[in-house]
Amino acid sequence: MRIALPVNDKDIKSEICPSFGRTPYFLIYDTAEKSSVFLDNLAAQSAGGAGIKAAQMLIDHCVKIIIAPRYGENAAKVLIDGDIKVYKNIAGTAEENIKAYENNQLDILADIHPGFHNHGNK
Amino acid sequence: MGTNKRIAVLSGKGGTGKTLISVNLAAADGNGYYVDCDVEEPNGHLYFKPQICEEKAVLVLIPKVNYELCTGCKDCVNFCKFNALAFGKKVILFKEICHSCGGCALVCSDKAITETEKTVGIVNIGISENVKTVGGMMNTGEASGIPIIKKILEYIKDKSGYIFIDCPPGSACIVMESIKDADYCILVAEPTIFGAHNLAMVYELVRLFDKPCGVVLNKCTDGHNPSEEFCREKGIEILVKIPFDKELGELNSNGKIAVREDYKNKELFYSLLNKVKEAVE
Amino acid sequence: MKQLLILSGKGGTGKTTVAGAFIKLNNAKAYADCDVDAPNLHLITRHKDMPIKKDYYGLPKAHIETNSCMGCGLCQTNCRFGAISYNDGYFVEGNACEGCGVCELVCPAHAVSLKKAVAGELFLYKDDSVFSTAKLKMGSGTSGKLVTEVKKQLIENAKEVDLAIIDGSPGIGCPVIASLSGVDMALIVAEPSVSGISDMERIIKTARYFGTEIAVCVNKYDTNLVNTERIEVFCANNDIVYVGRIPYDSAAVVAINSGKSIVEFDCPGGNAVKAVYARVIEIMQKKGDL
Repeated sequence: MRIALPVNDKDIKSEICPSFGRTPYFLIYDTAEKSSVFLDNLAAQSAGGAGIKAAQMLIDHCVKIIIAPRYGENAAKVLIDGDIKVYKNIAGTAEENIKAYENNQLDILADIHPGFHNHGNK
Repeated sequence: MGTNKRIAVLSGKGGTGKTLISVNLAAADGNGYYVDCDVEEPNGHLYFKPQICEEKAVLVLIPKVNYELCTGCKDCVNFCKFNALAFGKKVILFKEICHSCGGCALVCSDKAITETEKTVGIVNIGISENVKTVGGMMNTGEASGIPIIKKILEYIKDKSGYIFIDCPPGSACIVMESIKDADYCILVAEPTIFGAHNLAMVYELVRLFDKPCGVVLNKCTDGHNPSEEFCREKGIEILVKIPFDKELGELNSNGKIAVREDYKNKELFYSLLNKVKEAVE
Repeated sequence: MKQLLILSGKGGTGKTTVAGAFIKLNNAKAYADCDVDAPNLHLITRHKDMPIKKDYYGLPKAHIETNSCMGCGLCQTNCRFGAISYNDGYFVEGNACEGCGVCELVCPAHAVSLKKAVAGELFLYKDDSVFSTAKLKMGSGTSGKLVTEVKKQLIENAKEVDLAIIDGSPGIGCPVIASLSGVDMALIVAEPSVSGISDMERIIKTARYFGTEIAVCVNKYDTNLVNTERIEVFCANNDIVYVGRIPYDSAAVVAINSGKSIVEFDCPGGNAVKAVYARVIEIMQKKGDL
């Protein structure tokens, strides 16, 4: 099964990136193969809809679980439709978070923010 | 089919006096139109307090998916340059991000996408004494004010008389849209290096569109005026120099139209109006 | 790095003057100008070296290869943005083109393609302090993303700096929202006029929506005492921290025009800005930011 984490560097010991849609890279970890692949997050280049594009990219890569600090409501719509579960990360590296997930120590990420798009514009 | 003269009032930055000038010129003229193209931050209505006679919805087309015909090929998702479409187990549309280009409907080989109308804002038309006011409001969450501005400009196309267009600040595409069909441009500038810098920017824009223009130097103090210097350097006509005036500032900050009040210097707006009319005839 | 953002809602309230003053008072080692439509901060900051420049690419724009064009006009018929014109051949008006790709899709001769288009330029000054700014090209429409690039450039180049001061953009749209991301405190510079109050209320609504800590100060307060009081009452009634008022001071014009900050002069305006600064720092310290 594939788990995705937004990371600052292409390293399993990297810190988790605070942004989902605009993270520079995603680490895709396969729990069966115990292997890691790093994807350049093309969504970070988007003018708008970054969360949507990032979510779509992960779905297209058959990711089933995401570990992240936050994500916006647009990304949420896509992930819910694709049956992807999102867990809240703990402080630490991507490697430590994967271990925590495998030991059932992570909680589901419940707090979805309104997104950094044009909300609030009247 | 009316004949009109469109006077656009613009500045490189906000707060220089665009609204002060356009509102007072429209009021001094007394028979034409005041058009507020600053649809993100409309302010003109705070001065005119118009009686609204008509409201028009501004509509754009957005895609509608027929899920029975959709085969999940994702051609639409892959086509959309704005990330307005996604596919989890079915096509999801993000209306606020959609730019209404119509591409997804064209690319769908299952004929599963049709288009439907969506309101993105309104244009309102009102009246204040004999000045007609036209303004617009974007709906919350909409990405661009351009459809609203386009509708405003479409409305005034065939009207008669002098039309004063209060433009948005800056030089982005929404400003270009507002001055595209102007007959004359009034550039408003402050006497600081910020003001001169922004005047240079907006002058470049006006030259790009080859529009005749003149400058109003606002809030002038004694001493060196970098904006004035810029005008002299480039040979741009200075229409009027409005000194920093506490009384005018106070009237303005209370939403009062100087030419309709007991303001001692209201003559300056009338002579500015005459100068502009001369330039345009 | 903690971020202090200076916002206004309406333009012309004195945001850049206040931001410039704060940078001077704080001896800030990291600051940015997010007003990419009309950047002004660089006019009152002094750097000895030229900045590092980087092109900023917005949405790609359509381009018609005249040699391959059949002249069928399908591109123009299908363009929803009026971006394709005819003048002895079909061509794309760059400013109106939104990069949707429909023309590329419908062209039977494959004469249309979307090409990378420069939409602005990023500038990075890096000597005693790091200063990140940018300028959007005239007619462009993707300023939110450029603002994000300005902030990213700042954060990447000043990781060890404790406090960054950011001159925000006016308005309440996309660029402001992009500047609010990751901000610890937003100081709103309000103007005591009906339009100033109207725009201040909208910017507060936007900042609150994102849960940013807010403080308000009134600039040029003596131009309208009644409205100033209105703002003070509004803050009190809405649980918004009010950090002081600054009088209109012609010394500000003199200062700016000589490329300096108002706090470098001994004047009422400068002293009031110093007091507002002290209050804001106090709040950030209490919050644990500093």
